[in-house]
Amino acid sequence: MIIPHPLLGPRDSSEFVYLGDASLIDRPDWQAENAAEAFYDYAYLRGNPAGEHHELWYHEGGDRSWLVVTRNTVTHEISKVELARDVARAQGRSK
Amino acid sequence: MHDLAAITALGGSEPRVDTVADVTCTEVPDVALASVTARSSQETKAQKALTKLIGVTTPDIGRFAGDPVSAFWTGPDQWMVEAPFETHEDLAQQVKDAVGGTASVTEQTDAWTRFDLNGARVLAVLELLCPLNARKMAEGDAARAAIHHLGCFVLCHSPDAFSVYGPRSSAGSLHHTITTAMKAAL
Repeated sequence: MIIPHPLLGPRDSSEFVYLGDASLIDRPDWQAENAAEAFYDYAYLRGNPAGEHHELWYHEGGDRSWLVVTRNTVTHEISKVELARDVARAQGRSK
Repeated sequence: MHDLAAITALGGSEPRVDTVADVTCTEVPDVALASVTARSSQETKAQKALTKLIGVTTPDIGRFAGDPVSAFWTGPDQWMVEAPFETHEDLAQQVKDAVGGTASVTEQTDAWTRFDLNGARVLAVLELLCPLNARKMAEGDAARAAIHHLGCFVLCHSPDAFSVYGPRSSAGSLHHTITTAMKAAL
């Protein structure tokens, strides 16, 4: 499988490490009223779609950037790859 | 005053030189290194300060530039600065003075070891060593790649001259895999 890195171009997936669902970057607010429930969801509950899936990959054998990869779990087709920091910043996060 | 003998990463008093056919692998110990990471929302200022330090525009993605103080791209808003050890032993401090509060600087001199690969068929060796498309690399290209499970940097000076930076604590393993690849490929 080839992952088209947004900065470095096509790279073999063996250079990357898979972490999991991209929702892991949406860490809940620990001070919120429903923090316990939100963290239960965050830590344990995952969608398992047969189709388009947003996931976190780490380019360990390259520039060490975190990527959000949109991959079809049925066909392995990769439709979008973004830097995770750009995704986080687009959601209004500063770090 | 202590009277300590300086040794290279491979433990010798002189840099190791290995030649197989027409390719030479040379240990290069006399380099000072410092990493620079621009701080959040200070990226433009950090780039300007680094440009001033190295005398040319801060290298873009996958590139290196500058002489005698040069920098190579290591990641988004991150660079490694290299300079001759003899004249820039305190490189990290010099870089910190240059970038001020716009970037974080870390001394890296003794964290890495460098091997220079020279020779007409050096590309055949690199093909065995790393997953990079070395034949497509042009003068001034820099890339990080896993060599022998070690996170290394590969710099292309010309199609027959490359530098490989690897973790100093694994210098022996890196040297072993480079010379093994040379023997296998040539």
